[in-house]
Formats: sequence, structure tokens, C-alpha cells
Amino acid sequence: MFEYDFMRHAFAAAAIVGVLGGVVGWFLVLRAQTFAGHALGHIGFAGATGAALIGIAPLWGLVGMTLAGGVAIGLLGERLAQRDVAIGIVLAFALGLGLLFLHFYTAYASETTALLFGNLLGVDRHTVWLLAGLGAVSLGGMALIARPLLFASLQPELAAARGVNPRLVSVLFLAVAAIATAESAEIVGVLLVFALLVGPAAAAQRLTPRIGAGVALAAGLAVAEGWAGLAAAYVTDWPSTFWIATFSAGVYLLTGLATGLAPRR
Amino acid sequence: MNAIECEGLTLALGGRDILHRITLAVAAREFVGVLGPNGAGKTTLMRAILGLLAPREGQLRVLGRPAARGNRAVGYMPQARGEQGLHLRGWDFVAAAGGPRWGLPWRGAAERAAVDRALALVDATALARRPLAALSGGERQRLLLAQALLGEPRLLLLDEPLISLDPHRQAEVVALVRQVQQSLGIAVLFSAHEINPLLGAMDRVLYLGAGKAAIGPVAEVITGPVLSELYATPIEVLQVRGRFFVMSGGQDMEHAAHRHEHAHTHGGTP
Repeated sequence: MFEYDFMRHAFAAAAIVGVLGGVVGWFLVLRAQTFAGHALGHIGFAGATGAALIGIAPLWGLVGMTLAGGVAIGLLGERLAQRDVAIGIVLAFALGLGLLFLHFYTAYASETTALLFGNLLGVDRHTVWLLAGLGAVSLGGMALIARPLLFASLQPELAAARGVNPRLVSVLFLAVAAIATAESAEIVGVLLVFALLVGPAAAAQRLTPRIGAGVALAAGLAVAEGWAGLAAAYVTDWPSTFWIATFSAGVYLLTGLATGLAPRR
Repeated sequence: MNAIECEGLTLALGGRDILHRITLAVAAREFVGVLGPNGAGKTTLMRAILGLLAPREGQLRVLGRPAARGNRAVGYMPQARGEQGLHLRGWDFVAAAGGPRWGLPWRGAAERAAVDRALALVDATALARRPLAALSGGERQRLLLAQALLGEPRLLLLDEPLISLDPHRQAEVVALVRQVQQSLGIAVLFSAHEINPLLGAMDRVLYLGAGKAAIGPVAEVITGPVLSELYATPIEVLQVRGRFFVMSGGQDMEHAAHRHEHAHTHGGTP
């Protein structure tokens, strides 16, 4: 299957996004902020369709809107934490806005489907480089903030006392999470970012109590699930997103069985 | 040099004075129990000492310098124990509290040795190999104490370390803190709802209430007249077999406060 350009591009894209999504996802799960990833995907949909409407690559619209949304969530911080209803309404509004943009863009249904559910086999060479560049910047950002982020996530009060600025760390992290969400949306669509961001990370947290091993395992699982999904899609001709979501859920359930069905909460 | 010096210190939250013009000093190697009803300002005072809350008026000096954030000589065990990361190994959890530096959380040899030293001080070296979720409340408390001891503080602030522990575990935690405090020769502020678990261990008691503070030996502070002023209601102190009961109109004030706090925690309010 590697004789086709689109397959090689798809494998490269899945690797890049898997590493970034796994690393960022591990911290999202640790901080109980997975809902933010879900929210950012929806907000990104309006950005992607809006960008298409004014003739820019949807990926840039996606990244722009998720970044703005991530920084906003970070700045609002705790005040937002208890507001499921407000967040839900903003999400619905963002999806509705995206639909309106599509209406004016008079796009074909296939493009809507690609945004909502991803189009890994449609990733071209240019997009691979774009994903790689954004991924490198994001991983660089994570390397910079990982230490205070870990401290502030586990012991916010103590971290603040020791001189960490929890608000700044939170905003920077959500900015990186926004890019990871946008990249994941490019692979599995805005509706299924959980499959790459949360599934592998949650499974990794069940498998190892060590921090370094957990982050590495999350990234490894995300890449493996992406590649396995691609291979399965190649063989069956079913959508790659279906397979990735299936492997993500399957691995998560298996780790649950492996750790003795112990509920975490 | 004193560990803490307050002079005419007023601390306010949301425009309301929690502590009003209090003056007191805690010596360098002193174990001080901090008591008082809910909302009396125990946590507020600790946050001010850490530099997380600026005084509204007056002076607050910590180890000879004005209170400021990022003072490595002050260790802290917050009351709000993070619920995040319970699947993590104890060692990793303790080590996460290294310092405010940016970058990757790789721990160098010196840093790893410091974590091991802190764990050994509280006899938690073996505990630290297990995930937090597999530890009891008292065992987790020991890891939190090790975390507070990172950076070799000369002043340790412990906010309600006894909450949700049974009396036997409470006695263990108090004895452990006393032993660490004496072997390191540091000052400790140890807040609690009830005075009795601390009786054998503390050098002096700091009792907060009604915006005021009283500090001194137990026999001088835990008396009807002093506590009546702090609770702003007539208080009678009973002493039975070396244990104190702070009574108001037939009700035990410290136990009432404790039950109230439990109702809070179970209600989901942090």
C-alpha cells in the first residue's frame, strides 16, 4: 500500500498528529480538561468553513479559531469550569455558524463530511509539511511548559506559592492543545478529536503510573492506532476515521479489562 | 531571627477583614498549633505568609524578609489536596513539586536525591513506589509532607493535615511532624480543628477568631476568658484527663466545627 503517494502522506500525517495528540492528550486527561478538546473541535469547525468561504485553506481557519478559543478558555479559567450549559450553547452556536458558512460556500456534501469526520486519505504533501511545522512548534511549546504545567496540574496552590503562574501556564497549554485539536480534526474530523486526543492518553494512564512512560505510551498508542486504522481502511475500503475511532475505543476498553475493570471515578 | 513576625497585620478577603491588626511572632524552631472556628483565617494567614495574599495593612515578615511568593525556605501543604493524577506513582507526584522553572520535567541526580531525602525523612520511601490511588489517607498525607519538605524549608505550613483521618492516624501524623520538625530544627505552623491531637507535640498555640489572635502556651490561651473573646460568645473550657473541651451552652465548639467541615466535603464543596 506504500506505492501510493496518498498512503505515504496519510501515514506521515497520522504519525505527526499521533505524537502531538498523545502528548497533549496525556496532560488534558491529567488536568480533567478533555472537554476543552471537544469544545475546541466544534469551535474550529466554524473557523474551517469560514476560511473556506473567504478562500483560505480550512486548516488555517481551524488553527486560528481553536487558538482563539483555547486562549479564551484559559483566560476564563475556573469561572468556566462549572458552566456546562454556557459551553454547550457556544458549541452549538459554533456548529450552526459553520453550517451557515458552508451554505454560502455552497460546498459539496463531501467537503462537509471531510471537516466533520476527517479525510486522512485526502492529505496532500503540502498539508503534511504544514502539520509537521505546526506539530514541531507545539511540541517545542510543550517542552517549554511541561515542568510548571505538571506542578500546577498536580498541586496548584503549592505551585502558585513556589512562584509558578498557573494562569499563564494554563493559557499556554490550552494554546498548544488548540493546535493539537486542529491537527487531530484534520485527521479524524472535528467530531471525533476524542479518538486521537483522549483515547490513547486515557489508556496510557491506565497502563503506567510513571509520568515519562505515560506520555511516551500515549504518543505511541496514538500513532499505532492511526496507522492501524489506515491499514484497515486500505484493506476494507471503509473510512479510516471509523477504524481509528474503533481502535481508540477498543484499546481503551482492553486496558480497562487488563487493569481489573477498576473504575477510576 | 523569628520565623514569622506580624505587626498590626490586617488580612482581608473580598473587602471583609478576616484578621484585624494582629501582632505576633513565631520563633525559628517552634511548633505552633493554629486553631479556631471555620472562617477564622487559618488558611488566609498561611496564604499571606506564602505571599499569595497581600496584607491590607501592617507588616508581615517571614524569616526576616517581607512575605513574598516563590520563597523556597517556606514549605506548604495546602488543604485542597489535588484530585488530579491519582493514578501516578507517589515518587513522580512528589517530584512534580520541584520548582517554578520552565522546561522539561527531567530530574537530575541532585533533584532525585533531594526527593529521596524528603521521602526518607517521613519514612515513605517504600510508599512512593505505589500509585497514589493505592494509598490510604494517612499514607498520602506522608507523601504530601515529603512534598512540602522539598527545598529544605526552614518554615513549614501545614493546613489541616488531620482532616478525614481517624484518631489513630491523626496521632501518627502529629508525631511524625514533631519528629521531622525537631530533627531538622525548623518552625511549623500546623492548623487543626481540634486541639487535643496536638497537645503533646506543640510548643505554643495560636488561636484565631472574630478577627483576633491569641498566642501562647496552651494553659494560657485555652481558657474561658480568652476563648470567649475569640468566639464572641461565652465559652467554658473543660479539662478531662488532660483533654480539653471548648464548650458553649453545652455544645462542643471544636467538634461542631469539625462535623460542619465534613458535611462540606461530602457535599462536594472543596
